[in-house]
Amino acid sequence: MKSYGGIALIVALLACVPLLTASNVVLNFMVVALLIALVGQGWNILGGYGGQYSFGHAAFFGTGAYVTAILQVRYGVNAWLGLVIGIAAGALVGAVTGALSFRSGLRGSYFALVTLAFAEVLRIVASVAPITGAGVGTLVKLDLRWEAFQFQSRAPFYWIILAFVAVSLLIVKLIEGSRFGAYLVAVRENEDAAKAAGIDVVRVKLTAMILSAAITAAGGCFYAQYFLFLDAGIAYGPWISVEALLAPIIGGIGTIYGPLLGALVVKTLGEITKLMTGHAPGLDLVIYGAVLILVVAYAPRGIAGLLRRRP
Amino acid sequence: MTEILRVENVSRRFGGLLALDRAAFTADEGQIVALVGPNGAGKTTLFAIITGFLNPTEGRVFYQGAEITGEPPHLLARRGVARTFQIAQPFTGLTVRENIAVGSHLSRPSRAAALAAAEDVANAVGLAPMLDQPAASLTVAGRKRLELARALAIEPKLLLLDEVLAGLNPSELRDMVPVIQAIRTRGITIVMIEHVMQAVMSLAEQVFVLAEGRMIAMGPPQAIAADARVIEAYLGHGAAERMRGAAHG
Repeated sequence: MKSYGGIALIVALLACVPLLTASNVVLNFMVVALLIALVGQGWNILGGYGGQYSFGHAAFFGTGAYVTAILQVRYGVNAWLGLVIGIAAGALVGAVTGALSFRSGLRGSYFALVTLAFAEVLRIVASVAPITGAGVGTLVKLDLRWEAFQFQSRAPFYWIILAFVAVSLLIVKLIEGSRFGAYLVAVRENEDAAKAAGIDVVRVKLTAMILSAAITAAGGCFYAQYFLFLDAGIAYGPWISVEALLAPIIGGIGTIYGPLLGALVVKTLGEITKLMTGHAPGLDLVIYGAVLILVVAYAPRGIAGLLRRRP
Repeated sequence: MTEILRVENVSRRFGGLLALDRAAFTADEGQIVALVGPNGAGKTTLFAIITGFLNPTEGRVFYQGAEITGEPPHLLARRGVARTFQIAQPFTGLTVRENIAVGSHLSRPSRAAALAAAEDVANAVGLAPMLDQPAASLTVAGRKRLELARALAIEPKLLLLDEVLAGLNPSELRDMVPVIQAIRTRGITIVMIEHVMQAVMSLAEQVFVLAEGRMIAMGPPQAIAADARVIEAYLGHGAAERMRGAAHG
């Protein structure tokens, strides 16, 4: 099918990057960009397709990261099993926060604030709880074997995060062509009309939130394996919530390639800023803000929306 | 004839305002029933209660003999109760076809089947030429048709139309009346809130008049139009008297 061909082509092209360069700087940049693309795609399912803007995707990212790390460090669980459990734990956090907020009918900015609050609560708990290492953080033991989901070089990491991104693209493609996808978009466009059409709005939102949380948690698990260190500010900090929504909004909200496109653009901009300003702290965030304002003002459908307008 | 809808003494209070005061009416299967009344009479509130968007303060609603009071809208939709909204509520970002397909999905899990079924519904309400237009680009008449199409797409047994003819010009009105007649011919019971009396007269078999939350009259359209209480409700106290005087003098 043509539509799946698009995904195959993009993934195949990206898969060639480590064959063209062995530069750690380039690969590291690409790994981080793809990680943001993955987390952004998670956000995009709920925010872009479902219209439920979360400001707290850190809650899922951090849960995935901590569960993977803690299971390995404290319970000697295999990293790959940790990955599966981490994703499940993230989905569970999504189910609980989703059930609480959607059942009480929170919409729009109220939903955004509640998700932000959940993430902040988790961040504060993680910064004092002994199991997360509190202020010291959690170090995943260096064990450079593929069985431990760790690798000598960056290329395998790159291919693994690319595979995650590919799976997330496939999931979104399947959603787009399904009844669930049609219902999700209907809920975004008009909840009352959706109810009148026989849609169980709470259930649709909850399903989207669980999927969204699971994908974002997968990003968290990967982060733990790649950087081997976590603290509360990294795992549950607002930075990842911001990255998660910035990539799809800039790339094209509610579009399948939006998060990937947005992540690459945002990360490239960030790198250029760092080079030009000599790592002045926080300046990349200023640039992010400016780009966000420009996108919202002139291209509300993001880069993907601009591209589509041209025949 | 079998009764499909029964509203029993439904009251609804919004703070100090009694929007509905023991309103009651019934609709038989295959009928077109009109619900008329001055602005603010509580017609839309009554619709919202029947379709589960609001709970009544008091009273009960029965559909096909079973009580449905307080049942959520999506479950009622699955049982065959469809509604349109007075202010059209399209899925603005979607095309006409996608809008209708959302309803068609109720009995069709497959996307292709739902999109195909949407086309049939669009034909029935005269939206076929606009199928691939964005819903946001439709005119008022187009939006009203889309409301109707989306409600029909769930293949209802009972269809509640909230002013689908309001805001249409005379020629659009002439086009729309046969569409509604055709829906009834398919065996769908219609309850319509309507201000366009010409349409009520030509379509409805039974008319209920709501004023200040109370059902003040019921009967066939001709009888209702001559009913003194109805004239008073619309035109004010003493109006019936003056009209009779004017007719004789």
